[in-house]
Amino acid sequence: MSNVPADLKYARSHEWVRELADGTVEVGISDHAQHALGDLVFVEVPATGRALEQGDACAVVESVKAASDVYAPLAGTVVAVNEALAKSPELINQDPYGAGWILRLRPADAAAKASLLNADSYAAVAEAG
Amino acid sequence: MGLRTPLYDLHVALGARLVDFGGWDLPVNFGSQIEEHHAVRRGAGIFDVSHMGVVDLRGPRVREFLRRLLANDVARLQLPGKALYSCMLKEDSGILDDLIVYFLDEQWFRVVVNAGTRSKDLAWIRAKAGPFEVAVQERSELAMLAVQGPEARTRLAALLDPAAAEAALGLAVFQGRMLGDWFVARTGYTGEDGFEVMVPAAEAAGLWSRLNELGVQSCGLGARDTLRLEAGMNLYGSDMDETTQPLDSGLAWTVAFEPTDRQFIGRAALEGARSAGGGRKLVGLALNDRAVMRSHQRVVTAAGDGEITSGTFSPTLSRSIALARLPSAAAAPGGVVEVDVRGRLFAAHIVRPPFVRHGRAMVEL
Repeated sequence: MSNVPADLKYARSHEWVRELADGTVEVGISDHAQHALGDLVFVEVPATGRALEQGDACAVVESVKAASDVYAPLAGTVVAVNEALAKSPELINQDPYGAGWILRLRPADAAAKASLLNADSYAAVAEAG
Repeated sequence: MGLRTPLYDLHVALGARLVDFGGWDLPVNFGSQIEEHHAVRRGAGIFDVSHMGVVDLRGPRVREFLRRLLANDVARLQLPGKALYSCMLKEDSGILDDLIVYFLDEQWFRVVVNAGTRSKDLAWIRAKAGPFEVAVQERSELAMLAVQGPEARTRLAALLDPAAAEAALGLAVFQGRMLGDWFVARTGYTGEDGFEVMVPAAEAAGLWSRLNELGVQSCGLGARDTLRLEAGMNLYGSDMDETTQPLDSGLAWTVAFEPTDRQFIGRAALEGARSAGGGRKLVGLALNDRAVMRSHQRVVTAAGDGEITSGTFSPTLSRSIALARLPSAAAAPGGVVEVDVRGRLFAAHIVRPPFVRHGRAMVEL
């Protein structure tokens, strides 16, 4: 059974969102998603400063098996990316909610977070496959 | 629910991630595919290959039959237990399957075929065997395990009684023999030394667990695929099928055109293709950028487009490798082509497989 921390929000497309104290959000992919992908070998992150609409393909996670897009769970501007993933993509497998974070966004609309799923709802989505 | 091998319950107990593979529920990995891959290159790993078909062929004319059935020539098998890799072709030279055939005695050969093709193969073999009065018996009561890696043979031998261990360790490459109820062969699909072992189904789980206790890593289909691709070995259904023939599948070396009077099935069509020339060739590709080649991607060459037939990330070489079918005029090793990876073109070098053999890189990168 995959790990779905209760303090995070989720998108149906298997990204997680953590609200940070400075008003930005951290984004990564869920434990369910990394498990389904298998061992990651490359991660492509967006340029800092890029403006994203909700649902934009903004990163690529590539495993031994397949490449998958990561979608922006919220509209906003990329304020930071996890540079460590260039050398160590396996951080996403090892610690998907911590050291395996992918990017930080400044949301365009603070209220948009309400559209995200809570942990229970996401767990049901992940369970359904 | 798919078909299950005798090791299914053990795979579940070991925490395997199971996938459907040609109708079988098989482990894709037991945690990390890359760790399993490295275990086989550096130590030893074990694979469940019980889904493959084991077929015994018996009769006084079995050798004559196989010289007709297969594109490679079993006349080459003179030492008991010796094995041969061959394609089984249709009359039009399309590849029905690739297989390993073992010479056990003058009236008994054993063939191991792919899981996805086994019923088709059996029907074909039975239809062709009739005139030769060869009995065809599927041995579905056997489980098959592959123990692979530089330490694989000594690990398995440690589980055998001294006489059997000595016999197993004395096997030449591509040779097998019966050891009691077990058939042990020095064959595999990884580019490493090792054994493939056929045992009665009831003994399979015990054998697997005892190998685990000796430090042999449980491995799934994921590692099996990256290992075989590094070893430059074709996968039936991906790199070849009934629409391709050995000459455009990197398997010319497996076709015995000599002696010229051996009328194997597919010979006339293959000779036509050989004298026509041109056509396509299966080659290896290596890509140095941070992108992974995948099957069905387009390959752009000066002589027209080709296609990736198998592509992956090579854990040993830390870059993407592939097999690709290219126009012959653009297939020379050393050449550079472009591969369309998710809408972007990347330069890839044409290399001669294998990419990795016995743990070592075989291509200049």
